[in-house]
Amino acid sequence: MNINATLIGQSIAFLFFVWFCMKYVWPPLTRMLDERQQKIADGLAAADKAEKDLASANSQVAELLKEARAEAQGIIEQANRRAGQIVEESKTQAREEGDRLKAAAMAEITQETNRAREALRAQVATLAVAGAERILGEHLDEAANSRLIDDLAAEL
Amino acid sequence: MANTATEYIQHHLQNLTYGQLPAGFERVDAHGQFLETLTEPTWTIALTPLEAKAMGFWAIHVDSMFWSLLLGLVFAVLFSYVARRATSGVPGKLQNTIEAIVEFVDTSVRESFHGKNRLIAPLALTIFVWIFFMNLMDLIPVDWIPGLATLAGIPYMKVVPTTDPNITMSMSISVFFLMIFYWIKVKGVSGFVGDLALHPFSSNNLVAKAILIPINLLLETVSLLAKPVSLGLRLFGNMYAGELIFILIAMIGWTQLPLHFGWAVLHILVITLQAYIFMTLTIVYLSSVYEEH
Repeated sequence: MNINATLIGQSIAFLFFVWFCMKYVWPPLTRMLDERQQKIADGLAAADKAEKDLASANSQVAELLKEARAEAQGIIEQANRRAGQIVEESKTQAREEGDRLKAAAMAEITQETNRAREALRAQVATLAVAGAERILGEHLDEAANSRLIDDLAAEL
Repeated sequence: MANTATEYIQHHLQNLTYGQLPAGFERVDAHGQFLETLTEPTWTIALTPLEAKAMGFWAIHVDSMFWSLLLGLVFAVLFSYVARRATSGVPGKLQNTIEAIVEFVDTSVRESFHGKNRLIAPLALTIFVWIFFMNLMDLIPVDWIPGLATLAGIPYMKVVPTTDPNITMSMSISVFFLMIFYWIKVKGVSGFVGDLALHPFSSNNLVAKAILIPINLLLETVSLLAKPVSLGLRLFGNMYAGELIFILIAMIGWTQLPLHFGWAVLHILVITLQAYIFMTLTIVYLSSVYEEH
C-alpha cells in the first residue's frame, strides 16, 4: 500500500484513455444515437402522414361511391322512363295501325257491298223485264217500262 | 497453504512492486531466509513488503498497472469497435448494451452539467466503465489468479487495481487537475482566486471583505483539497474493505461457499455503485466550476 510512481503511470494511462474515448468512442456513438433519433422521428412523422393520407383516401372513396351510386340510380330511372315511353309509343302505334287497318277493311267492305248492290240492281231490272215479258208473252214498250222498272229498282 | 493467516492476508494485500533497492540492503525471502546483501543499488522485483517499502516513491506496482491497462484496453477496444461499426438502424446485442451504457452516462451528465464541454461526457464514460471493469476483478475468487502467478514464480499478484490507492488517487487527482484547468479556463485566474477568496462569506463593506478573505481562503482551500482526497479514498476504501472480506471468507475452508456467494452478490451492487459514485462526483465537481456564485 505504498504510494509510489504507480500514481504517475496510472495518471498518464487515465488521460490517455479519456482522450481515446473523447476521440474515437463518444463522437461516433452519440452521432449514431442522434441519427437514430432523427430516423425514428421521421418514421413516426411518415406514419402519421400515411394515416392521414389513408383517411382522406377513404373519405374520397366514400364520396366517389356515393356519386357513382347516385349516377347509377339516375341512369336506371331514365332507362325505366324510356322503357315506359317506348311501350306507350308502341301501344299507340299498334292501336293506330289497327284502327287504320279496320277502317280500310270497312271501306273495302262498303265498296264491295255497293258494287254488289249495283250489279244486283242492274240484273234485277233485266230479270224483272224478262220475267214480265214471259208473263205477258209479248214485248212491252221497253222504254216506257224500263223507266217503271228503274223506279222499282231504285226503291230496292 | 502452509502459511499462517497473517502471512496469507499480507500476501494477498501486497502489490507486485518493481523498483530500486539501495546499496547495503539485506535481502531476505518471504520465509525470512537470508539471501544476500546488495553491494550496489539494484532494480528488481520486491520479494517482501519490507523491500517494497524500501524502494521508496520511484517504484511501480506492476500488477496494478498491468490489470488497469489491460482493462482500460478492453474498454477502449470494445467501445471503439462498437462505435466504428455502430449503425443507426437496428442494433445488435452488443451495440445495444454499449448504447444503454452510453445513454445512461449521457443522461447523468445532462442532469447535472449544463455548460458546454466536449470532455466531460467521454470522461464520465471512461471513468464509469473502466472503474467498473477494475472493480469487477473483485468477483474473481481471490486465490485463482494469485495462485496461478505463484505457480509461475511471481511472488505477488493483486488483481483488483482499485484496491491500490495509487490507482484511485491518480484518477481523482487527474480529475482534480482537470477541474482546476477548466476553472481557470472558464473564469480566468482572477475568477479562480475570487471564487476561493470571496466565498462563502462576503460583505459589502470593503474592510469586512478584507478581513473575511483569509477565512474564506482557508475554508475554500480545505474543501477544494478534500474533493480529490475523498473521491479517491472512497473508492479505494470500499474496494479494499470488500477485498479484505473476500480474503477473510476465503480462509474459513469449505463452509466459505455460501458466504462467498452472498458477499459476491452484495458486491455486484457495491462495484457498480462505486463506479457510479466516482463518475457522478466527477461530473458534479466539474460542473461546479461552471457555476456562478
